[in-house]
Amino acid sequence: MTWLLLATLVVPALGAAVVAALPGRLDQVGRILATVVAGLALLASLALYGRPVDPDASGIRPWAEYDVPWASGLDLSFHLGVDGISWPLVVLTTLLTLLCCGYTVWQGPAVTGGKNLLALLLVIEVGIVGVFAALDLVLFFVFFEVTLLPMYAVIAGWGGPDRRHAARKFVLYTLFGSVLLLVGVFTVVSAAGTADLVRLSAGGGEGITRGVQVAAFALLALAFAVKSPLWPLHTWLPDAHTEAPTVGSVILAGVLLKMGTYGLIRVAGVVPTGAQALAPVLGVLAVAAILVGSLVCLAQTELKRLIAYSSVGHMGFVLLGIATLTAAGFQAALIGNIAHGVITGLLFFLAGAIKDRAHTGDLTALGGLRETAPGLAGLLGFAAIASLGLPGLAGFWGEAFAVYAALQLGSLWTVLGVLGAVGGAFTAAYFLRLLRRVTHGPAVDTVAGVVPLRTGELVAWGPLAVLALALGLVPGLVLWLTSDPVEALIQVIS
Amino acid sequence: MIQSVDHVALLPVYLAAGTAVLVFLLDLVFAPGVAVRRPVLLGVAALGVLGTGVAAVMVAAGPVRTTFCVPGDADACSYVADQPGAVVAVLFCVLTLGVLALSVPTLAPGAPTGGPVPSGEYVFLLLCSLTGGVVLGYSRDLITLLVAVETLTLPLYVLVGLRRGVLASVSGAVNFFLVSVVSTSVTLMGAALLYALTGAVHLNRLAEALAAREELRAIPLTAVAAVLVLVGLAFKVAAVPFHAWAPGTYDGAPLPIAGYLSTASKLGGVIALLYVVVGALRPWLDVVGPALAALAVLTMTVGNLVALRQTRMVRLLAWSSVAQAGYILAPLGGFALAAGRQPEAVPVLVAATIGYAAFYVLIELGAFGCLVAMRGAADGGPIEDYRGVARRAPWLAAGFGLALAGLAGLPPGFAGLFAKVVVVRALLEGGAGWLAVVVALNAVVGLAYYVRLGALLYAPAERPAARSGGRVAWPVGVAVVAVTLAALLVGLAPQLVLDAAAAAALF
Repeated sequence: MTWLLLATLVVPALGAAVVAALPGRLDQVGRILATVVAGLALLASLALYGRPVDPDASGIRPWAEYDVPWASGLDLSFHLGVDGISWPLVVLTTLLTLLCCGYTVWQGPAVTGGKNLLALLLVIEVGIVGVFAALDLVLFFVFFEVTLLPMYAVIAGWGGPDRRHAARKFVLYTLFGSVLLLVGVFTVVSAAGTADLVRLSAGGGEGITRGVQVAAFALLALAFAVKSPLWPLHTWLPDAHTEAPTVGSVILAGVLLKMGTYGLIRVAGVVPTGAQALAPVLGVLAVAAILVGSLVCLAQTELKRLIAYSSVGHMGFVLLGIATLTAAGFQAALIGNIAHGVITGLLFFLAGAIKDRAHTGDLTALGGLRETAPGLAGLLGFAAIASLGLPGLAGFWGEAFAVYAALQLGSLWTVLGVLGAVGGAFTAAYFLRLLRRVTHGPAVDTVAGVVPLRTGELVAWGPLAVLALALGLVPGLVLWLTSDPVEALIQVIS
Repeated sequence: MIQSVDHVALLPVYLAAGTAVLVFLLDLVFAPGVAVRRPVLLGVAALGVLGTGVAAVMVAAGPVRTTFCVPGDADACSYVADQPGAVVAVLFCVLTLGVLALSVPTLAPGAPTGGPVPSGEYVFLLLCSLTGGVVLGYSRDLITLLVAVETLTLPLYVLVGLRRGVLASVSGAVNFFLVSVVSTSVTLMGAALLYALTGAVHLNRLAEALAAREELRAIPLTAVAAVLVLVGLAFKVAAVPFHAWAPGTYDGAPLPIAGYLSTASKLGGVIALLYVVVGALRPWLDVVGPALAALAVLTMTVGNLVALRQTRMVRLLAWSSVAQAGYILAPLGGFALAAGRQPEAVPVLVAATIGYAAFYVLIELGAFGCLVAMRGAADGGPIEDYRGVARRAPWLAAGFGLALAGLAGLPPGFAGLFAKVVVVRALLEGGAGWLAVVVALNAVVGLAYYVRLGALLYAPAERPAARSGGRVAWPVGVAVVAVTLAALLVGLAPQLVLDAAAAAALF
């Protein structure tokens, strides 16, 4: 198991180096190599599946662990491990990376310098998997930083017309978040005397005074709020998404944002008193994000921007679930994370394909797609309905249970739950509006003669559509994995 | 009165000074036209610097050696060959060796700007400066310390202005000279006042005297003395508000000398400041601590904000190095709080300062190395000249980009990332969370210009192949590769630097 854990990081890292070092004329070879590497990483991450060694311990009980000291002077040890909370996210990361690599191979000369793009995606994969697998707070921070510049390069190098501005905004905002993370991490580490997440979460904030806990959680929550993103720190996201290349958007929305919500769940067990003190603030902001995100979407006229803002709303539900600090809320957040990654990944693939074909993302200039490309329109309809939370599809569980968890708590949380549900209704409204604009009505000039859904696209997107359906019908696929670790976490928090 | 002198302890100093003299003599032996003159001078200098570094390590491997002690008082010594001194000496040797290699294009015959630079004088002066740096690490009294700092900086006035006929060079040299002379006299005044008040010049004796005589706190003159010493040394570090000389001087100097100014010369100032503050003024950390905190906050903030608006490469790096000086000083700002003055917190903060400085000089040397490799003997030029460099020189652009990422403190520049981590961690251990937040937010401002510069390297070039230095001289190539690999190595194994810094913090 240990070597598998290392393989999920080392294989993409080496692959990225080799692919980047290939000469430019071997571009297509590089892309295929990157896809093979991403496939190996997916296999390694799937094989990581296991059960906890010690089912009775509280806190984090990793299935597999790898622990070597790195820099003792910085409390940094190379401590990796996965459990039921992190494993689904690791698999989602490796899966989306593979799909993005395969999609780029299929795109061929439509993308210039594709092998460099894929080398960067592999580096980002290392960073994200590292974040999910890190069991040392300082190591968590280091991997958090690893993703920053490669993602900047993806947006600035392969993005749309206004990419430089969007990339700068992305990198400065997220660095703002991660420097606060650095300060927060060392606030915890210098108070607790260890950076080991297993020990920290088993202790449940023991030995850390209330004041320090509140300060640390405030810093960490702020850092993760920028990443997630939480209103009002979300303004980098729409620009980044609109300008990023399709694969960049997919990774960004699919898994990069999850580093924030995942981190929040982990640190809630490290400084539980701080989390309890600030949970209402987090809850209010989360509901504000749901409402603002969906209201903005109702007025949005650009396809990718609309999906980007819908992410703000969906991540609001995830954050609301976390803010309740209950088992049901955490479960909702975790399945919401996965569902959002799958569905929004699919939506960005579709939006990219539609923009590539119609050469515009302007909703007023689109229409009647189902006349000319029924396959594409059908898949868009499916993804949109999954995203708006129709029961039976993946999006439903996370949002319904986040609201349920909030209502269980009473008083302020009842209000928050109700407002969240209202936001959920808006979500339905703007997705239906999106479908009406894009797929229904008479076919306009921009979509006349567009290429229908192609096999390569179907292969790349199919797994996501299947997963959206599977998670909707059998949410237990994820909940079964997360229930034990969440119970252990709740024991620590309350 | 006969004083016994421990010549083994002085070996590194002898080697550094001896090499300088030897180079000076060799320069007289060879006729100006002889082709082997330049390689021989550089080769001898490089060997001498290497020998100095090895000697420093070997002397430190044995027991601590002291010399020039007060007769009958074995603890009051002017020169102590201990581990901190060795770490400083080795750092200076590495930097001098790097700068020597980077100087090859500047010294090459037919250098495009300002006519030939006299090789003999150039190398001699650089080695004199090294001698000052080596002595500085071992010095333990205020007078030796100031003489060492002056030996370190005095040759640099000449080196900055050595290119004939370049107006920017001359004006940079004159500015630097005037500011430095004034700052030295200010420090000397402070040292004299301290001596007048306590009757001590040795750092440890000064600390004892200040601790023993609480009544000194009531005398305004003592505060004035401490402030004067600090101000003078702040000029050397180019800390705001004593930084104004730096950008013009850096931009006027030949590129390798600008690199030396922003690494070795700055390191010298930091070490001198550390010795004075923590060695001599330790009982008064509550007085100097707030001043250092203010200095650090101002330095990093002003440096970063002004760097945002620069359009010339060397000026941008100069302002960035002003900001970096702020990060170097930041851990010392931790002394402003009682928690930071606890006996167990002081070495942590000092080690963080030395650790950050060590990471920084390595990365900065790498950045200047790449610049020299790209520009040859030319100056840094406007930033626009670097648009699309990655197409012409992908490896150099990657190296420069790596150095910029390191200065910004982000992966793949892991050395820089861990440097920031060291500072933030030490500040939080010392209870100065607010200063850690200031450092963190400054890193965001800093990234704005580093990322702009980095993106420019990879931007599509509007005009094909801007002027470049042609082929890279092999010593420059070796130096760039070695420094970049070293930066990567300490990025993967930061504990190497942290251990050295922890050893160096125990002076």
